[in-house]
Amino acid sequence: MHTLLAFLAAEPAAHGIDPWIVFFSLSTVAITVGMGFWSAGKSKSAGDFFVAGRSVSVGWNASAISGEYLSAASFMGVAGMVMATGYDALWYPVCYACGYLFLLLFIAGPLRRFGAYTIPDFAEGRYDSPLFRKIAVCFVLFIGFFYTMPQMKGAGTTLAYIFQGVDLRGGWLEFLAPFANDKPQVGLNYAVGVAIVGAVITLNVSLGGMKGITLVQAFQYWLKVFAITVPIFVLASIVGHYQQHLAANKTAQETVATAPAGIERKALPAKAPQDEQWIAPFGKLTTKAVDASVKAAKTQEEKAALEANKKPYSLLYTYSLIIALVCGTAGLPHILVRFYTNPDGVAAKRTTMWVMILIGVFYVFPPVYGVIGRSLTPELYEAVGSKGTDKVVLELPTLLAGRDHPLLGSILSGITCAGAFAAFMSTFSGLLVSMSSALAHDIYGRILKPSSSPEQRLKAFKWSALIVGLTAIGLGTMVESLEINFMVGQAFAIAAASYFPLLFMSVWWRGMTMRGAATGMLVGGLSALTAISLTSVSDVAAANAKKLTEAAKLAEFWSEHPIAKWLGDAWVAHPLLRILCEQPAIWAVPLSITLMIVVSKMTAATIPADVRMKMLVLHAPEALGLKQEYIKEHEGLGGH
Amino acid sequence: MKEPNSSPDPIHSDAFLARLMRGQLKLSIACALCFVVALVALPLLNYLQPEFMAQRVFGFTLTWLILGVLFFPFVWIISFVFIQRSIALEDAEAKAAQDGLTK
Repeated sequence: MHTLLAFLAAEPAAHGIDPWIVFFSLSTVAITVGMGFWSAGKSKSAGDFFVAGRSVSVGWNASAISGEYLSAASFMGVAGMVMATGYDALWYPVCYACGYLFLLLFIAGPLRRFGAYTIPDFAEGRYDSPLFRKIAVCFVLFIGFFYTMPQMKGAGTTLAYIFQGVDLRGGWLEFLAPFANDKPQVGLNYAVGVAIVGAVITLNVSLGGMKGITLVQAFQYWLKVFAITVPIFVLASIVGHYQQHLAANKTAQETVATAPAGIERKALPAKAPQDEQWIAPFGKLTTKAVDASVKAAKTQEEKAALEANKKPYSLLYTYSLIIALVCGTAGLPHILVRFYTNPDGVAAKRTTMWVMILIGVFYVFPPVYGVIGRSLTPELYEAVGSKGTDKVVLELPTLLAGRDHPLLGSILSGITCAGAFAAFMSTFSGLLVSMSSALAHDIYGRILKPSSSPEQRLKAFKWSALIVGLTAIGLGTMVESLEINFMVGQAFAIAAASYFPLLFMSVWWRGMTMRGAATGMLVGGLSALTAISLTSVSDVAAANAKKLTEAAKLAEFWSEHPIAKWLGDAWVAHPLLRILCEQPAIWAVPLSITLMIVVSKMTAATIPADVRMKMLVLHAPEALGLKQEYIKEHEGLGGH
Repeated sequence: MKEPNSSPDPIHSDAFLARLMRGQLKLSIACALCFVVALVALPLLNYLQPEFMAQRVFGFTLTWLILGVLFFPFVWIISFVFIQRSIALEDAEAKAAQDGLTK
């Protein structure tokens, strides 16, 4: 204890690391892992592992869902994106929170009544088709991996931030240092952070399963709310409030920026967007594609034509983003699996309402960091990768150190770091559980070895967690140049075009057939996945190309990546195509639903014979006891 | 398995299921419409009336205040109303169905 106190009291510069930040971050990790181990002793059966014995109360479950949902994107990414692009980024937090409404209105209650462990369970049960399970399970993995990448970036960014002052050069740990132009630098390599955090969580999940996770997730929700609110209240009381900093940015109608008395603003670097674009709708986020084309246009007429399209395209981008986020929330596999831990459909609805309130309260605050960060830490606009605006939540509290509150600055920054840890740890754990369940419960337990014993399945779960964890770490190291929040938005778009139509239509339309559902989900989901992957591949390549300063090396780089080069040129030539690929929801969701209807009509003969009974189970109040009747009926028939 | 349309008890009739789904879906769609109208209208207002939406309210611009702060309580109200009505609807259905059975 004495050595710990001595360490905390020491000058930050002496170690190159702020001891308070390390203290808070390590405590978060220790508590998370400790709770996982503690509850590991309590989860015995396979049911405990997969859905926590279906006995979690509304309050616990709402906190746990919120804890799992508030990811690195919410905690760090939203603030970073608001700072980087302004008003348009507000759609992310709003739709992340409000997207639950669609889930509540159309899906939560019926899905819980149907009572299956996972979405693939539902797909199989609703259409009596083991084949459909195999198709549906793929999307748990597709969406899951897209969602883990930004969490991994959050982990890498946070660890690189905590250890930014560490000098590993010359020592035997030199290979862990970041490299620039093949020379080691001060600090910690982004990829090392990804690997460390990924390994800790993977271990935790394979030991504790979901019951442990429910407790840990609920705890982490409250930690995250504490970590986002307390520092910003303290900070705002010293440097000025949300609306005051917002007022310091001038709108297009105002001629000069007049900062309210006592509000300090640092000069913006050239890379930062101007006030008028930043504070108004249809700014940098939505006009990026057209701006790139304008820059490349040769004649004045071309430029004028592109400029005229700018605003309508921005509106299109905004609507597509809204559709992706709102429908995507209702189709996230790791969130939906939690509804099965409610005791009944009414509890599932109540839980959803509480989730909306809990996360809505949270989402008011991240933009505040972005707005104050624009005034006080504009230097982040110039940095790229893990040193850019995505770390504004971690960086902002340390400003207090320069205002005669050195200790307070360190403690608050420690708290936001702890919150960031809670954010990517909880979401990654949740994803790991649902993806490992998919592998163990669906692929191993149902497809590869249906005769396996519960013990074997439990073992398979642990191995699956290991495989998924390692893959996620590998993917995470590749995406340093992409924005956290942007990547999460893309996972939502894939969910919106695949699971949302499946669930929505299966719950409300009796005429759906397995072939209709499968065609719609596959075509919609895969085309969204492809469109998004194309933009991400070309963006990562473009970011890597930017690091090269010599013309010869740059030419060599592009000749090695012909597809990325071709894509980059295609985006510049066709900005509308770029927008539709970057935000595919506006065409992919209707495409998916239309295909479901058309193919189902064509294959109407294959509507499941007992569809009326299934619909009754989905929609009739539990009080009527139809569920038990349905199970008995199936058991009587030999069932499945 | 029961034959379609030949079931004697009211719970398993097509009419009961249709009524059940229609009632719940009507409520869900009404609530969803309130939400969708707001989601469609805000970008459209930003597009058509940029000056009006950019006016200052307590230091925020009007559109920032709506999206960044007021949108959350708006959605809570919709969800609260939905939960109350939906649970009431379920209770009524369960009661009606059980009355039908005992007749």
